[in-house]
Amino acid sequence: MSKTVALECRGITKTFGRVVANKNCDLQVYEGEILAILGENGSGKTTLMNMVAGIYFPDEGQIFVGGQEVMIASPKDAFAYKIGMIHQHFKLVDVFTACENIALGVKDKGRYKLADVRKEVVEITQRYGFIIDPDKRVADMSVSEKQTVEILKVLYRGADILILDEPTAVLTPQETAKLFAVLRRMREDGKSIIIITHKMHEVMSISDRVAVLRKGEYIGTVNTTETDPTALTEMMMGKKVELNIQRSEPVDPQPRLVVEGLTSINAEGRRVLDDVAFTAHSGEILGIAGIAGSGQRELLEAIAGLHKLSKGTITYMDPATGKEENLRNKNPLQIRDLGIRLSFVPEDRLGMGLVGNMDIVDNMMLRSYRKGKGVFLKRKAPRDLAEKIIEELEVATPGATTPVRQLSGGNVQKVLVGREIASAPSVLMAAYPVRGLDVNASYTIYNLLNRQKEQGVAVIFVGEDLDVLLELCDRILVINGGRVTGVVDGRTAQKDEIGLLMTKSTTEEEGAE
Amino acid sequence: MLTFLVSAIRLGMTFLLGSTGETITEKSGHLNLGVPGIMCVGASCGCFVEAVYLSTVPVRQEIPLLAVLLPILAALIGGALMGLLFSFFTVTLRANQNVTGLAITTLGIGISNYIIDKADDYGRFARATKHFTAPLVGEEVVEWFEEIGLGWFGELFLSYGIFVWLALAIAIGTSLVFNRTRVGLHLRAVGENPATADAAGINVTRYRYVATCIGCAIVGLGGLSFIMDYLNGQWEYCVDTIGWLAVALVIFTLWRPILAIFGSIVFGALYIASSRLTTLGVEMTLADKELFRMLPFAVTILVLVVTSIFSKKNQPPAGLGLPYFREER
Repeated sequence: MSKTVALECRGITKTFGRVVANKNCDLQVYEGEILAILGENGSGKTTLMNMVAGIYFPDEGQIFVGGQEVMIASPKDAFAYKIGMIHQHFKLVDVFTACENIALGVKDKGRYKLADVRKEVVEITQRYGFIIDPDKRVADMSVSEKQTVEILKVLYRGADILILDEPTAVLTPQETAKLFAVLRRMREDGKSIIIITHKMHEVMSISDRVAVLRKGEYIGTVNTTETDPTALTEMMMGKKVELNIQRSEPVDPQPRLVVEGLTSINAEGRRVLDDVAFTAHSGEILGIAGIAGSGQRELLEAIAGLHKLSKGTITYMDPATGKEENLRNKNPLQIRDLGIRLSFVPEDRLGMGLVGNMDIVDNMMLRSYRKGKGVFLKRKAPRDLAEKIIEELEVATPGATTPVRQLSGGNVQKVLVGREIASAPSVLMAAYPVRGLDVNASYTIYNLLNRQKEQGVAVIFVGEDLDVLLELCDRILVINGGRVTGVVDGRTAQKDEIGLLMTKSTTEEEGAE
Repeated sequence: MLTFLVSAIRLGMTFLLGSTGETITEKSGHLNLGVPGIMCVGASCGCFVEAVYLSTVPVRQEIPLLAVLLPILAALIGGALMGLLFSFFTVTLRANQNVTGLAITTLGIGISNYIIDKADDYGRFARATKHFTAPLVGEEVVEWFEEIGLGWFGELFLSYGIFVWLALAIAIGTSLVFNRTRVGLHLRAVGENPATADAAGINVTRYRYVATCIGCAIVGLGGLSFIMDYLNGQWEYCVDTIGWLAVALVIFTLWRPILAIFGSIVFGALYIASSRLTTLGVEMTLADKELFRMLPFAVTILVLVVTSIFSKKNQPPAGLGLPYFREER
């Protein structure tokens, strides 16, 4: 392999206000190699790459492309140096077709003709083995298709250095394998690929070298063949850490929530939930796996009383009295009035879970404002609760009266989970509770869920990382297109098995195509 | 009936200019509620320049081309300056678009009242109105149609002055730019998803500034057309009402200038329907008339409700009303 340096960063520093995102970072990428950038969330991986892609401008430091120092002040400059970035949150215009999105921002000479763009796009797809319909509107695309469009976009512009920000976070194992095959083909083509990830096994399988960042600082680069996950984790965390989840055997599981025949049809007439049935037991963590948008959200919202159903029953077994209650079509307040302690950690933390502009104390009160008599609110109890959560869950915040919006993702989540657990639930539902959280914060959340399970709570956990689901859950329910495609044992199931179930086509799906 | 339709079209073109301008602005993601004020400013600037020009030449010796061109330029510049002000506040200073827009409306009405009083000092600008309303295709053509017994055709399609043709040309041109050019693609992207456009190397700030200024210039032109064409040079302090209708028309026609051509005529017809009914012998109080003038708004709300229920494709630009700042986290 030729060892020509394609891209080099020297001493890059970037601060946002008082937050230091990157401090004195160095980085080298060779032509025809895949470099993985590894680091916890908030370690500055994305910020560093954003500076290479021209989204941010470094406060200090130099960037070299092909040995020459360059100034990348905007994404346009980055394209000029043949650098293209595929962001974690796709930057696509929903109402445009794949071709229109690809043509966006390209300044070719001559007339603007979509047909020419289309021809070239088809050529690129054939060269690297993509599968995509260039005339499909982005709004109608699956996540993996959108990602393909993003990659095509940078290839169309002739990028030689591709940066992918957590490309596999939203993909199934099968889609990931396809993506990696494409990336390897690009490497053979002499392109430099930088892949940001925090999934260790992916780093090991795809990359040639690994660069590690920790808290905004560059720690070092190692050859993938000369290292192992333990060593990398140590580099990443700066200390030895035990990253395993203490899964205990369920104690005396009793049916707590029995769901039967849940069906829901959305505004467009598609069945978002189709005859879903399962039982959640006390003292057990039930995982829900599926491609994003397979009905996970609707399912949890239906149970929480936030989503209308056209068919089905949700039966709650009261552990104290043994009474059965049907929760279908009851709103959250009615459910609470029945004395059922149902806690819900929604995926949209600042949209459904907390109010961003309110402080931690006020957010605590959102759950309890009906308590107490009198016209005025009593702030004492929620303030105590807020302080307790801050202390026990190690929430990094200037104080209990800081607007939640100003906290980092992990801390927001701790506040939300803390509040939901504080109401001593008998059923705890959490949708993607570790999304966007770093390794440490994630494990804090896993341990919280495990502790709830040990206390006999029925925990329902919607996750996206199959490795975590397999480590954490007792049973895993797999859904696809609103249907249950299988229930597997978390202790014995294989990842491929779940991956297949996640993509197992149902008759419904084919009818809709 | 013929006169009614012709009036509806003449008034409609004011709406069309206003809505086309606002559509261009909104496609860039700017929800500019300053349209009524900008229309006032455009109208008064045009009238003022006309009055000044007429005061410098002897009576009835003005050059028609200048008498038309100078006010139009003034209206365009007046409108563009207001657009510049709006963009400066919302893009550079990142002020809230709704608040800025409403402030622009109030400001614009105030400025126009001042300017129009100044214009009075120079004498009347109404004298020049004939240069605007004379059929652009030539008096002879319309008369010729009358001679061959197709007077209605000439009247309905060819009797219009410069503003009607200008409005149509701008609407069609805008539609072509939106859908057939790279600039249009980029502009739509900026309005739909500024972060995406930015990442694609499109200068969001420049697109927003330019689109807003061009849009507002056209809105200003619309204001002038109302005074010089529809009202035959008689200033009335109701230009802002027309401005609100132009905003409503944008929504009514689902952000499509081609549809706006027809929508504007519908709006024009509804707006003057009450006067027409009175001449037909329907008795109506002043209050009833106002009720009639409200119809376009009612229809717009209806369209808004119907489209948001049934259609996912006919939606406003997704980034409409949202500020964009690249380094925001």
